[in-house]
Amino acid sequence: MIEQLQLLGNQTRGSFAKLGRGTLFLLQTLTGIGSVIPRPRLLLNQLYSVGVLSFLIITISGLFVGMVLSLQGYYTLSDFGAEASLGLMVATSLVRELGPVVSALLFAGRAGSALTAEIGLMKATEQLSGMEMMAVDPIQRIIAPRFLAGLIAMPLLAGLFSAIGILGGQLVGSGLLGVDDGAYWAQMQAKIDFQGDIVNGIIKSLTFGFVTTWIALFEGYDATPTAEGVSRATTRTVVNSAFSVLGLDFILTALMFGDD
Amino acid sequence: MSHSPTQDTLVGLFVALGIASLFFLAFQASNLSAYAEHDTYTLTARFENSGGLKVKSPVSAAGVKIGQVIAITFDPKTYDSVVKMHIDSQYNTFPDDTTASIFTAGLLGEQYVNLEAGGSEIILKDQDKIEITQSAIILEKAIGQFLFKAAEEKK
Repeated sequence: MIEQLQLLGNQTRGSFAKLGRGTLFLLQTLTGIGSVIPRPRLLLNQLYSVGVLSFLIITISGLFVGMVLSLQGYYTLSDFGAEASLGLMVATSLVRELGPVVSALLFAGRAGSALTAEIGLMKATEQLSGMEMMAVDPIQRIIAPRFLAGLIAMPLLAGLFSAIGILGGQLVGSGLLGVDDGAYWAQMQAKIDFQGDIVNGIIKSLTFGFVTTWIALFEGYDATPTAEGVSRATTRTVVNSAFSVLGLDFILTALMFGDD
Repeated sequence: MSHSPTQDTLVGLFVALGIASLFFLAFQASNLSAYAEHDTYTLTARFENSGGLKVKSPVSAAGVKIGQVIAITFDPKTYDSVVKMHIDSQYNTFPDDTTASIFTAGLLGEQYVNLEAGGSEIILKDQDKIEITQSAIILEKAIGQFLFKAAEEKK
């Protein structure tokens, strides 16, 4: 009994300590971002591995999500004779929710896990300590460029996801199901609000990019420097990112689309 | 990590495509192009009942969109609904006996304000009030009246 209580207490303390380390790490990273600007090459390399390499999975998923939305939406809407609203339905769901959320989940799986594994391995092979020995701050040199790259790549990926999804929806809608092309776009343009929908979607994806990259980098940086530790950290990255993205999405949606 | 010109190109392409997709969303999939802020002037109309009219509902004349509703308030003195709307200033030739009515687009569509010009010589200016209005048709009321009438006729 006492032992279990001790274990519980220990775990609680451990998780608070981790949160504290995470916050500290974030602050260090944010202050380290300034040092990336004189060395754009570092950022460019990371944009390649975080953004360009995620491009394919994001666009293909976006295409299929849009096509499925269109197909499913059509069956529901045609019951009410409202097929003309298909474009509106596809675009609203993509721009407000699915674009930012699904691309953040894919991003966490594709780029986040890679970041954690990379940094965890750097730690396990003592490259980070080596850098410190050479008076190179690993936060500035390794972490900050990756963080910035994640922050830049995420809104772009979410935008791509939504745009391709809308095109995919149109492909299925007007190509396969015979929805009028003009109605598809006209309803969308009439009802999708630039500030209310598009800008809020971008804010969402920025937030998700911030959180998933932070989690991925911190888990790698904080990993136990063994093979098993790195593997666990990678798993935690994906799981925690998914939780945080979905939880944050609920809060952001409640804040953004509350009244209307 | 070594760098190669291909990698730079790919990053550039990625960023360009990402930004292009955001532009696509802004201009092709949203109402941003309608934002292109023309000059507008404000008209107010009092309705006995503004029904399901909402802020940003369209204002149209002869089926063409000429403006939008910007505020709907309740006047506690007269128990009226006060609807403020912005009209594009290129359409500044409505006479002061213009009728404002609230119509519904289609059976279940959204409600909008329709302006129908009268024959007066005096033209409405900024901040003017439209005097002649016709309230929204409340479906329940209409059905109620219809049933009532049908019952009357049967007697």
